[in-house]
Amino acid sequence: MSDTLLSLRGLTKVYPAVIANSDISFDIGAGEIHALLGENGAGKSTLVKTIYGLHRPDAGTMTLNGQPYAPSEPRAARAAGVAMVFQHFSLFDALDVAENIALGMENPPPMRQLAQRIRDVSNAYGLPLDPARILGDLSAGERQRVEIIRCLLQDPRLLIMDEPTSVLTPQEVEILFQTLRKLRDEGTSILYISHKLEEIRALCERATILRLGKVVGACDPREASARELAELMVGTALKPPTRAAGAGAAQGEVALEIRNLSAASPRAFGTALSEVNLVLHKGEVLGIGGVAGNGQDELLLALSGEMRTAPGSVLLAGEDVAQLPPNERRARGLLAAPEERLGHAAVPDMTLIENAFLTGAVREGLERHGFVDWRRTRGFAEKVIATFDVRTPGPDRIARSLSGGNLQKFVIGREILQDPVVLVVNQPTWGVDAAAAAAIRQALLDLAAKGAAVIVVSQDLDELMEIADRFAALNAGRLSGSVPVEGLTIGRIGLMLGGAHDMEVARAEAG
Amino acid sequence: MGGIDPILLLASLMVASTPILLAALGELVVERAGVLNLGVEGMMITGAVCGFAATVLTGSPWLGFVAAALAGGVMALIFGVLTQYLLSNQVATGLALTLFGLGLSALIGQSYAGITIDRPPSLNLPLLRDIPWLGPIVFRHDVILYLSLAMVVAIWWFLTRSRGGLILRAVGENHDAAHALGYPVIAIRMAAITFGGAMAGTGGAYISIMRLRQWTEGMTSGAGWIALAIVVFASWRSGRVLLGAYLFGGVTVLQLNLQGAGFRIPAVLLSASPYLITIIVLVLMSLSRNARNATPGNLGATFHASN
Repeated sequence: MSDTLLSLRGLTKVYPAVIANSDISFDIGAGEIHALLGENGAGKSTLVKTIYGLHRPDAGTMTLNGQPYAPSEPRAARAAGVAMVFQHFSLFDALDVAENIALGMENPPPMRQLAQRIRDVSNAYGLPLDPARILGDLSAGERQRVEIIRCLLQDPRLLIMDEPTSVLTPQEVEILFQTLRKLRDEGTSILYISHKLEEIRALCERATILRLGKVVGACDPREASARELAELMVGTALKPPTRAAGAGAAQGEVALEIRNLSAASPRAFGTALSEVNLVLHKGEVLGIGGVAGNGQDELLLALSGEMRTAPGSVLLAGEDVAQLPPNERRARGLLAAPEERLGHAAVPDMTLIENAFLTGAVREGLERHGFVDWRRTRGFAEKVIATFDVRTPGPDRIARSLSGGNLQKFVIGREILQDPVVLVVNQPTWGVDAAAAAAIRQALLDLAAKGAAVIVVSQDLDELMEIADRFAALNAGRLSGSVPVEGLTIGRIGLMLGGAHDMEVARAEAG
Repeated sequence: MGGIDPILLLASLMVASTPILLAALGELVVERAGVLNLGVEGMMITGAVCGFAATVLTGSPWLGFVAAALAGGVMALIFGVLTQYLLSNQVATGLALTLFGLGLSALIGQSYAGITIDRPPSLNLPLLRDIPWLGPIVFRHDVILYLSLAMVVAIWWFLTRSRGGLILRAVGENHDAAHALGYPVIAIRMAAITFGGAMAGTGGAYISIMRLRQWTEGMTSGAGWIALAIVVFASWRSGRVLLGAYLFGGVTVLQLNLQGAGFRIPAVLLSASPYLITIIVLVLMSLSRNARNATPGNLGATFHASN
């Protein structure tokens, strides 16, 4: 077994009302890719922030290379050789690549030398970067390269990566893994945080699993099955979603048709939709995959009615609805649940009852003579809460007070219970724990089994493979033709998503 | 132009512009750090009265300027503590600071109304002052005016060339990311806020000590608001702030001269012209695409380090 680089003993961190980390102990070996697995809220982020010096533990000690290690701030951690790639990028849109990198370094060289080093190092690891470009113009994959290069320029001994692949295409993931393996071979240790089990099994040699702030297990992920890892993470046996026999196989009537839909994005830095065509049948689940920012939001806006498009571009059961506002579309059975829970799907400071009214008023008849029918609205909200197991003290709570997963169950359930003809959901299980995600997926399948047509837009390809009948990819505002999910490989999907853009695979050193 | 001496006009243009230039440069740094302090007017008038009082009491205008910078800095610290530590709303707090400054300065200034002080000496620049034309316009001014011009260059250099400036811009652009990288967001913002207050106080004192050499209530007459507007329309760049401030000062001096020379333009229109022309020119300048993306990303946003 390799030498120990970092060892954690009894780390505990308590927040008011929550124990984020409780007595956490494990070791990270030198030159090892170590996975940290856990559900949302298991305490992964708190733990890595402690290692990176963003906050101090209430109890416990850390030892780095045999020396006591207690960084009081990230600078101290960086000085000790610990670098971190953040989940939500710690980057500055208005600054250029070199400035962004300089900000993450302790003693950056003068800008001209730094620019040259960025070129050298980024090419050496197969992640080419132009130091003069403004960050706001870069793709998600390129932004991540900036983060990684920033770390690599400091020759770290331990590299922490927090959910690094959520914004990458499968090909980009493969390139990232090559880079990480190369780093490992050079002696760098990597602490890799993820909840994507297949990735961890492909990359990591050891795994530590957290649940509710505690270490609940350690294993060699190459020898455990994804199922076993998932059950360690969740603590219960998982039931994969099941489809009703024959569902989706029969081609029902056409429920929704999109014809030559082109539209500029209403948002700054948005992506324009370009000649999108789509036919959706009743009882069918269509999965639309793609890396974030390729037109997903715009497609949802065009379908929900928040964005009007050219007449004849959106047909609901043969009727042109392209120019209709959201409530007219809801009345006809076209419902949508957007990605952003707080601020788009739900008003953060309104109660669940009020939020239930906002999209349910038309179809559920919650309005009487221009006034809110509070009794019926409360009834509808309670029905959503009961049917979808939303954990909340009651429907009078404001949306903001719910956890992400519970609010997601509420906003998805609110649309499903309105008995839609066509339901469009964007990232239905984003940031939701595995049990809740399984419940939401099952509900979407059940809805389709009852004859509704469902469009699931998601960046989680495993999710789409699990519930979709057909798959289409959105890339730079263009939608590929849809193909049956059965027999589709991840590699093929990756090519549909636009491949690896301009990245090249890091070549192993000759010899 | 009958009755208007162009040399005198240009020389007094520079003097008239300096208070706004100082205040706007200070606010530029504050806003680049992501803080919107609408209390510039209040800090200027407080600086004006404290600087004047200190000059009267000590007999030294330079000690007066030091007192003005301190007074402006203290006012800014009040704003800083309220908005950065107590997380109050920046717009409301800034407006309150202006109202507070106007009232406080009237109170302090009661016993100083009607006193006139001597004109502080100009910098004696041998040879340079005797250059024809250029000498009387540029080289016969006081030290504070040259300081304000030096600050234009210094702030440009600091923001675009130095590491400290890069960190300050980073904090203004995305305070969460800056915090994640380990930069002390609140401390950097407090420093910027205090600097902005000292600059505004100095600018206010320039009006009471240099230009008018007396104290009257409300004597800054909106200069702080113009400084705020200039920062925005100058797209947060110090060179353009200089341009905007001198444009405003220039039109102010010109219209006063025109009024004095008895031109047949309504006095009301002339008095309004500096505001109108400055706004129009700066709006036209800020229409370019680059300028529109220049707003600091976190301008006016409250920062709270949550776990």
